[in-house]
Amino acid sequence: MSEIYTLHVNGEDHEVRDSWIGENLLYVLRERLGLKAAKGACEQGECGSCSVQLGGRLVCSCLVMAAAAVDEPIVTVEGLAGDDVPTDVQTAFVETGAVQCGFCTPGLILAAHHLLDDTPEPSESEIREALSGNVCRCTGYGRIIEAVQRVSVARSDRSSNGGDA
Amino acid sequence: MPVVFPSSLAEAVAAAGERPDAMVLAGGTDLMVEINERRRSVPWDDGAVIAVGQVPELTSWTLDPSAATLTIGAAVRWADIEREPLCSTVPALAQAARTVGSPQIRDAGTVGGNLATCSPAGDGLPVLAAYDAIVHLVSANGRRSLPVHDFMVGVKQTALAPGELIESVSIPLLDGWQGYSKVGVRNAMVIATASACIATDLPSGSIRIALGSVGPTVIRCADAEALASSGVDWSGRSIDADVADRAGALAASASRPITDHRSTADYRRHAVSVMVRRLLIRAFPGAAS
Amino acid sequence: MTVTDVAETAARVRHGVLGTSPLRPDGIAKVQGTFEFSSDLGGDGVVWGATLRSPHPYARIVGIDVSAAWQIAGVEAVITADDVPGAMHYGLIERDQPVFASEYVRYVGEPVAAVAADHPETCRRALSAIQVEYEVLEPVLDAERIIAGDAPPIHPAGNMLRFQRIEHGDIDVEADVTVEGTYQIGMQDQAFLGLEAALAIPDAGGGGVELHVATQWLHEDRTQIAACLGLADDRVRLVLGGVGGAFGAREDISLQVHTCLLALRLGRPVRMHYTRAESFLGHVHRHPATVWMRHHATHDGAIVKIEARFVFDGGAYASTSAAVLLNAITHTQGPYRCPNAVVDGYAVRTNHLPCGAMRGFGVVQACFAHESQMDKLAAACGIDPVELRLRNVIHTGDTLITGQIMDSVAPIEQCIRETVALPFPDEPVGGHDGDVMRLPGGAGRTADASHIVRGIGYGVSMKNLMYSEGFDDYSTARCRLQDGVATLKFATSEVGQGFVTLAGQIARSVIGVDEVVLDRIDTEVGSAGSTSASRQTWMSGGAVDAACRAVRDQLFAHVAAEHGVDAAVLEIDGTDVVDGAGLRIPVIAASAGTVFDATEEYHHRPTEELDEFGQGDCHTAFAFVAHRAVVDVDVDLGLVKVVQVATAQDVGRALNPLSVRGQIEGGIAQGLGLAVMEEIVQIDGSIRNASFTDYLLPTMLDMPTVLATLVEEPEPLAPLGAKGVGEPPCISVTPAIVAAIRDALRQAGRNADIDRVPVRPIDIVGLP
Repeated sequence: MSEIYTLHVNGEDHEVRDSWIGENLLYVLRERLGLKAAKGACEQGECGSCSVQLGGRLVCSCLVMAAAAVDEPIVTVEGLAGDDVPTDVQTAFVETGAVQCGFCTPGLILAAHHLLDDTPEPSESEIREALSGNVCRCTGYGRIIEAVQRVSVARSDRSSNGGDA
Repeated sequence: MPVVFPSSLAEAVAAAGERPDAMVLAGGTDLMVEINERRRSVPWDDGAVIAVGQVPELTSWTLDPSAATLTIGAAVRWADIEREPLCSTVPALAQAARTVGSPQIRDAGTVGGNLATCSPAGDGLPVLAAYDAIVHLVSANGRRSLPVHDFMVGVKQTALAPGELIESVSIPLLDGWQGYSKVGVRNAMVIATASACIATDLPSGSIRIALGSVGPTVIRCADAEALASSGVDWSGRSIDADVADRAGALAASASRPITDHRSTADYRRHAVSVMVRRLLIRAFPGAAS
Repeated sequence: MTVTDVAETAARVRHGVLGTSPLRPDGIAKVQGTFEFSSDLGGDGVVWGATLRSPHPYARIVGIDVSAAWQIAGVEAVITADDVPGAMHYGLIERDQPVFASEYVRYVGEPVAAVAADHPETCRRALSAIQVEYEVLEPVLDAERIIAGDAPPIHPAGNMLRFQRIEHGDIDVEADVTVEGTYQIGMQDQAFLGLEAALAIPDAGGGGVELHVATQWLHEDRTQIAACLGLADDRVRLVLGGVGGAFGAREDISLQVHTCLLALRLGRPVRMHYTRAESFLGHVHRHPATVWMRHHATHDGAIVKIEARFVFDGGAYASTSAAVLLNAITHTQGPYRCPNAVVDGYAVRTNHLPCGAMRGFGVVQACFAHESQMDKLAAACGIDPVELRLRNVIHTGDTLITGQIMDSVAPIEQCIRETVALPFPDEPVGGHDGDVMRLPGGAGRTADASHIVRGIGYGVSMKNLMYSEGFDDYSTARCRLQDGVATLKFATSEVGQGFVTLAGQIARSVIGVDEVVLDRIDTEVGSAGSTSASRQTWMSGGAVDAACRAVRDQLFAHVAAEHGVDAAVLEIDGTDVVDGAGLRIPVIAASAGTVFDATEEYHHRPTEELDEFGQGDCHTAFAFVAHRAVVDVDVDLGLVKVVQVATAQDVGRALNPLSVRGQIEGGIAQGLGLAVMEEIVQIDGSIRNASFTDYLLPTMLDMPTVLATLVEEPEPLAPLGAKGVGEPPCISVTPAIVAAIRDALRQAGRNADIDRVPVRPIDIVGLP
């Protein structure tokens, strides 16, 4: 229990002390840094609930050794929006009914942002493949797909209307 | 020495020489599952980890056109293989890459990890076997290279010696159709029930057939390969349905599947015969192309 | 009326009232990750608890030595059955399940001891240090041996959890056509994402405890917990921790008693979290079942008699097996008239994992059998399967095989016709662009479009709502109104279904307020009953409605006195109190400075137990649904892709159309899972796939497009005209998908005798 290391999470440095090297990033985020948005539901990378961005990649934080995640910036749902204002993806999820129990939601929010940043106008098939690593047990996914499509259309409309006006 | 972050391959090799018991961490997608489930014990203190995921020599790939060889660093991730330009260079490997776990897993998991874990169901392994890929190992004692088939020793057993690292895998580029097929019960994020790769090489007139998840390690099907290679119409790129059927049957008989909670041996053999037949017809579609 | 139509209609009425789809009050917190699930509770200094479980399906405990666990630094407590101060057993219907096994373990995963320590890893090391000596016994796993009286009892209460027979009409009657089949339903897991988690905070002095837990029924939990702790009910306070899905798996006790015991022992807060592997062992599952049915019908397809035999494997402890069996056998006929019936139902105790509630609760198993039979009957009579169903549908006023009169609104024919009227997918097999992701096998590239056969199948179901057989599962709600703000208090578990949204809608509609505050969900108010049996919209909706109406009456009396009008003429119009003669006072003004406060219970009408011939008015009400599945099948590899599910559901009245749609799509996903991939595999009494790697849930690439029509015919028996909508979506979609697979196989000239779910590749291919 002698590890001391620093994680760069949501733009801030967090020192982690007295940890065990076997701790995964999900555990450290939740239990040592108090960032509880990422959820644990399988510990095998088979549900996506713990998704975070690590160095710009979308990964399962349960499969990241926390003590080895020191070199790259980490983004969790807590770091997505400033001033508590929800992002367009977050708003769309609530409005379309993509949220029921909400346990899978933080992981899906990050995955949806990741997809739309990479592919602004995804086809339905691309949405399904990009989000296939995020299991939802409540919604049957229909509203989630609609939420992503709604954001894609809104962003496209906004950019074709010449920006944020 | 808790977690070491070597900045070069030489540093990584030195660290591995110093602590041959160290866990080598790349993408973490296999190792962390073992740790999370306590199938691998990690001491409270003095655990040793060599994090190779950022070592420049391991995270890059090189294409040598004159030797027609692609060398992929051990820490290259599946997400990179899935996409261009590698996607066009090694299409079957890219197809296999797209079936590895979920997008999140592919954004972390590496080729070297697939080799080091050496699961019977490792998605990349049948493709590497069909390519006759060479695995390059490095340690404080020097380098050695092994055909991938010799590297894979058994279920989750490899030829890696203590203190030895996988540096890269080199793939002799083929000139011909290649493809990968994988049966799983779900349409995404699924462990292979059975998988097959067919890689053809027009200049040498060879057809390679490799199977995954139907034996302790990948199985190459010499009889089926011989039958197919001699039975196809190379110039017309066509194959008789009967030849494809017989090659599929030979591949099935070469497989050594088990029955477990994921499927039965009979089904796995059957799936091999269907996949190999279909892959051969895709490779040699004849007039349909 | 389609969902879109409903939404458009709703746009013309005041937002947030009944019939509209306001945003979830917890939605923003959930998308921002600030919503506190039960696993998010507790922080620094809170001790971790963990459970030691049996590795054997059946064994005698010879001895337990915990001394080595105490030697591990960081271990704070180690407890066994010796440390249980109160009742040694709990259970929903029978108190037959030990808090900790002390003499025998009866299933793999049964709790034997618990530890508390400073770190989850310390807990694990402590658990592995506990030495339990077992004398391994031969497990009883074969239900038929138990029925034959050929298995030794594995529990003092015996191995027969329930036998119930139904005899109705002329049980010896014969008819022109008979079809029969034996159907197997695998063990399904609820697989909620939010794993079991709880935080127990002991009172100073140890005389009580506050438990924050994700559960479906706070008050029932409290009763069972308090008994085991040896405390009075009021010394145990339960608070709903955020619930990450439930689907029946949180109806039984799992870690509640253990967490409280550790906290009381230590005098410190304790949190327990299950891992996924542990969760598969730690809650009950859907019963695996074998169902035999023989349908007798006339040549033109009219059902004359049904014979049936149900065998449900309840696993090691009783849980709700008796009620699940009751539901199964009383739904033998499905939504079809059946004048004569003879049914035998058995629920048995084995050394398998315990089974109990899961969405659909016994009706799922019955429906797979009766819908498979309806297709067989259609084929035998040479009648279209849809037409055959239409010829047999139940109407309001018909008599069921229990002798009960169907007095619910029963728009079954409309559900079927609306489903059939929905368009088929316009895309060809494999999609328009040859996208591999649209083919069975997906990125596995196992198939080309030429290998695929598209099948179509139908399923129709009937599902009882609320609890049955004499159970008074009432619900309580309190409403307070002051300064135009309504505050609602109830113990209704919000598990994701959206009752928190609906409660506000009710208050806005009844009292004319805009602002509704939801008080904490806990045991500081009367019971709400369980969030199960599709019952909370009806029951807790009824309670909130009643409390709001009582407050409205107080408000009217107050306004009447202030303005010298007759309270009887007052009404709410929008957000105003009006008398129809010019008086118009905003509710905000009318309630300024005054508190109106009412607590009401809602009880459904009484029901009765079945007699020895299975006759009795045992059910409260029913809802109906039809499904049509379009499935692409790779008949050579046995892989499938469900392309489209069309459905029309009897909802009574859609109080929140968006939530209804969410229930429909989510239920279909779970029914699809049972149809083609979800099954807990036990070999020799030991689970082999206790992980999400091997217990497969549908992903976004497995889920089809869903077309849904809501059939709205308000139910006069229901307080808000609305029927429960949670369970029906997952019931008949399973047989519809299987029927589509059979259809594809028939088109391919293959044997289409698929009689089990989930359908595995070997079943399609025809391998043993």
